[in-house]
Amino acid sequence: MIKTDALIIGAGPTGLFTAHQLKLIGLDCEIVDNLDKIGGQCIELYPDKPIYDIPAVPECTGEELTNNLINQLKPFDIKFHLSERVDEVTKDGDKWIVKTNKGTSFITPNVIIAGGVGSFEPRKFSVEGHEKFENKSILYSIKDKNIFKGKTVSIFGGGDSALDWAVELSNNCNVNLIHRRDEFRGAQATVDKIHELSKSKKINLFTKFQLKKLNGSNKIESIDIEDDDKKIKNLKTDYVLGFFGLIMQLGPIANWGLNIDKKTVEVDTEKFETNQKGIYAVGDICNYPGKLKLILSGFHEGALAARACFKLARPNEKYRFEFTTSSKAIKNRLGVKSD
Amino acid sequence: MAKITYIEHNGTNHTVDVQNGLTVMEGAVQNNIPGIDADCGGSMACATCHVYVKEDWFDKINKKNEGEDDMLDQAYEPKKNSRLSCQIIVQDDLDGLVVDMPEKQT
Repeated sequence: MIKTDALIIGAGPTGLFTAHQLKLIGLDCEIVDNLDKIGGQCIELYPDKPIYDIPAVPECTGEELTNNLINQLKPFDIKFHLSERVDEVTKDGDKWIVKTNKGTSFITPNVIIAGGVGSFEPRKFSVEGHEKFENKSILYSIKDKNIFKGKTVSIFGGGDSALDWAVELSNNCNVNLIHRRDEFRGAQATVDKIHELSKSKKINLFTKFQLKKLNGSNKIESIDIEDDDKKIKNLKTDYVLGFFGLIMQLGPIANWGLNIDKKTVEVDTEKFETNQKGIYAVGDICNYPGKLKLILSGFHEGALAARACFKLARPNEKYRFEFTTSSKAIKNRLGVKSD
Repeated sequence: MAKITYIEHNGTNHTVDVQNGLTVMEGAVQNNIPGIDADCGGSMACATCHVYVKEDWFDKINKKNEGEDDMLDQAYEPKKNSRLSCQIIVQDDLDGLVVDMPEKQT
């Protein structure tokens, strides 16, 4: 079990800056995020979109903002646990025990939820009975491509993931690629490759079709796909892969006994603490009168939550407010010279 | 100003006045109409403000933006008349617009 002064859930801008604030005041922390990379919505939803309302930064993209925040954390040694989702938070005396879906567990007096709109999960098929085939014949990500060798694989989607896997798997599988329209949003070179493979019959391409029905009892035997004019085609298939991007789901947070209203967590505005002592919520996921869903608000909320963490992590010490411009202790932590 | 009718998947109707310049998504959110999540706040990055525009209106409203269809690929049960409501800007001539909402957004 990992012991830490504070555990941050969410590696978006708010989570990153909150980590910075914790380290500045001398607390240690670790960060868990369900995505495989740092940056949260900024990196997953709008890496290239310019943001104009970060104080003192006239313009930057989501990716630049993330990189700057990571740079700002460089003086500190912070452990990130990426591709892990926090599933359980349970009370143990005056501490919290936090467990992830990968089996990592933490014991900490402070849990800071900086979870945005929730964790990113793959968007799933909506046809009837899809649940019973999931993780067996229906997959939303590929861990071992060798399981498809010699099989028929039906891939749904029109973005890079769908196209890249269609090209890759066409080497040694029978590939059906199905997309709801005849334009693709993948890289042009890959789109060209798809059309080439379709011409040479290495890929069976079905555009303007969507999944209508799954046939089979224990495993999928065939699927029905339907086009815009309601014409139905039946395809024999062993596997069905869906690549429809990621959506945000509140997920397990809903089960931690917090006051939740419209997918947000109620907090006070002094400590940004929830109704559970030692659990805080900051950034887009928190809610209080006047809440603005701006990145700059997340920074403020994280700074105050970090000070509240100090009291629980160092109950016998007194917190002293200090400036980075003058404090020797802070400069030591940052590894910069004092005047 | 335009009167816009939002129809939930269960058939519940909501007709509200929406100011010119706002989006159809904002009209729903500001009036607490359920069924439109708008997780990304209108930056065309999430496909959770997905609506179906009634056929007779589909050709009258502003055309899809570049990238809108890319996001609609990721929407829940997209159809021919799918739009992202954050990309439909309200004008007087949208008075009477009716949009249907999908069963869910995610």
